[in-house]
Amino acid sequence: MIGIKSSLAFRENAAEAVRDSSLRSAMRTATDTFTQLRSAGMASFPMDEWRDRASEIRLNVLNSLPDYLDEFSRNATRVGAVVHRARDAEAARDIVYHLLKDRGARKIVKAKSMVTEEIHLNQHLEVRGMEVVETDLGEYIVQIAGEAPSHILAPAIHKNRRQVGRLFQEKLGVEYSDDPKVLTGIARRVLRNEFLTADAGISGANFAIAGTGSLALFTNEGNGRMVTTVPPLHIAVLTIEKIIPTLADFASFVRLLPRSATGQPLSSYLSIITGTRKPGEATGARELHIVLVDNGRTEILRGECREILKCIRCSACMNVCPVYRVIGGHAYGSTYPGPMGIVLTVLLDGMENAHPVLDASTLCGACAEVCPVRVPLVKLMNLLRERRVEAGFTQSAERTFMAGYGMAVRSPKLFGLGQTLSRFLWPLLERVPGNMTLPRLPKPVKSTFKRRMSGQ
Amino acid sequence: MRVQLFATCLVDTFFPETGEACVRLLKHFGVETAYPRGQTCCGKPPNSAGYAREVKLAATRFIEVFDGSDAIVVPSGSCASMIRNHYPELFRDDTRMAAKAQAVAARTFELTQFLVNKLEAHKAGLKGRGKITYHSSCQLRRELGVKEEPLSLLQSLQGVEFVPLPSEDRCCGFGGMFMAKLPEVSMAMADEKAASIVETGAEVVTGCDHGCLMNISDALRRRGAAVQAKHIAQVLAEEL
Repeated sequence: MIGIKSSLAFRENAAEAVRDSSLRSAMRTATDTFTQLRSAGMASFPMDEWRDRASEIRLNVLNSLPDYLDEFSRNATRVGAVVHRARDAEAARDIVYHLLKDRGARKIVKAKSMVTEEIHLNQHLEVRGMEVVETDLGEYIVQIAGEAPSHILAPAIHKNRRQVGRLFQEKLGVEYSDDPKVLTGIARRVLRNEFLTADAGISGANFAIAGTGSLALFTNEGNGRMVTTVPPLHIAVLTIEKIIPTLADFASFVRLLPRSATGQPLSSYLSIITGTRKPGEATGARELHIVLVDNGRTEILRGECREILKCIRCSACMNVCPVYRVIGGHAYGSTYPGPMGIVLTVLLDGMENAHPVLDASTLCGACAEVCPVRVPLVKLMNLLRERRVEAGFTQSAERTFMAGYGMAVRSPKLFGLGQTLSRFLWPLLERVPGNMTLPRLPKPVKSTFKRRMSGQ
Repeated sequence: MRVQLFATCLVDTFFPETGEACVRLLKHFGVETAYPRGQTCCGKPPNSAGYAREVKLAATRFIEVFDGSDAIVVPSGSCASMIRNHYPELFRDDTRMAAKAQAVAARTFELTQFLVNKLEAHKAGLKGRGKITYHSSCQLRRELGVKEEPLSLLQSLQGVEFVPLPSEDRCCGFGGMFMAKLPEVSMAMADEKAASIVETGAEVVTGCDHGCLMNISDALRRRGAAVQAKHIAQVLAEEL
């Protein structure tokens, strides 16, 4: 697939992304729009209070997660759902595949879900002969382009409308148009037929409400509602930390999630799905399976970075991230990009497979400033950078420099010597091929401030 | 009144004029500057790169050198935040050092913080020159919460036309080691910052951190723009 890059090649990916001018302008426009909408949507609300409350609820969930999961499972079962637990990605894929296979399902429509990206569900089903159709417009675009999403909410954020127009022309055999209305109309016609002929629908969930056994889905296109109600079988795949204790607690997130994401007071659709279709009801899946995926969460929960599990996937942190804005989501080479993605990727994929993405931040703090559940993103990124040093995944030149620094910082004499040495070596170092740092800096002065203060 | 000046390693090595401007400014307000000669670096570079051992070495040294009870003035938001916000956390397991770190943190002020909140320099009718815009650096703004102080100082300058910078709080792409680790990305970020600076029509862009200003200055130079990047200490001390 195009767009599937390695986190280990992050530096190269990022340098390449920076040179892509159409990506740059698409990212600028989209992230500016998101950021402005969010600011407008947040104005005149007691945000700090809301965020404290939401953070507190999320922490409470994390502190008693096994109990809440049991409560959720009990209540979901009571209203007709079948709850499955998957320890890892493989187990989750297996459960979903067998549910589909046992019912002879061939065509599956999907609503947007990041965890199914994380566990690579589509590929797993496709190589086993099933047809999987993404129905979120952005997700549909990246699917037919053979790419991965580059944003957790707006998967095709990296594409402009002309690129989408050409893609539709090529893949769907329609006349070229770059009018978003026309393009949306085309996708709508194609997808309408898919909804009506699908054997099963797979969705994620934004939240799972323990007290009622309900799933909550925020969507803007209505496709989520089609996926979860039209086909006879609905499979919801979600990670275990998505639990919210009660409907009353859920209210906090109804006001925070859409506002943080797109600035909307509420998304166009909010579905709260409680069990299967009841007698006398006209819509709803006849069979509902809920797959609760762990895939490393329990391990994260035990560690020092557990607060990342408070994340509600609003995407505000990536929308304000000045680095994400310049490189887009694919460069990270991971399912989740941006600040929350950096932390989660290192924890999920392991330091040895993901350490370069830790460099994708200036630690400017714009992310933590907007996080609706107060995930201390800067602190977590910094903490993981410490773990990276301990694990030996930094370059030897950097380690040598830091060892020298450690000595010089304790001795003003050595520090001064370092300054003098750097002044003499500067003209040489500046010309080292590939050195892109020194030529951008001024030259060290002969008469340092210290010398001037000592009258030298 | 007497203060201790922590000039920062960037000022010491590259921008001694900024240190001199700080001394002149403080003197203008009747403040005597002591310069502890044993000072080196606050530990910010290893801190953001994850070298915990080196951070502690730097902090320990700093705490020893900056002994006493006078305020410590720092012409950098990121260094001031390192001392104020990070030092106390470093020694959580060492009560004796933690107490010392707390004390040093409480005495530390970023330059504009000190000028406005302790000396009311924004009411002193300082003079300046030219059309000036301002970049709000990240740790200064988000960790120290210093947003208004530099603006009120700049807006108070007689003879200066102050023009606000759109997206003044967007990171310029310096980020310490970030600049060296992802040079292409850093330059792309700085280029965008430089473009918005040029757009304001200002002759000078100022800020409270030489790290950012160095990065911005390079981007302005690459673009062939005549805008100068100057530390706020120099802007404020221009006519003294």
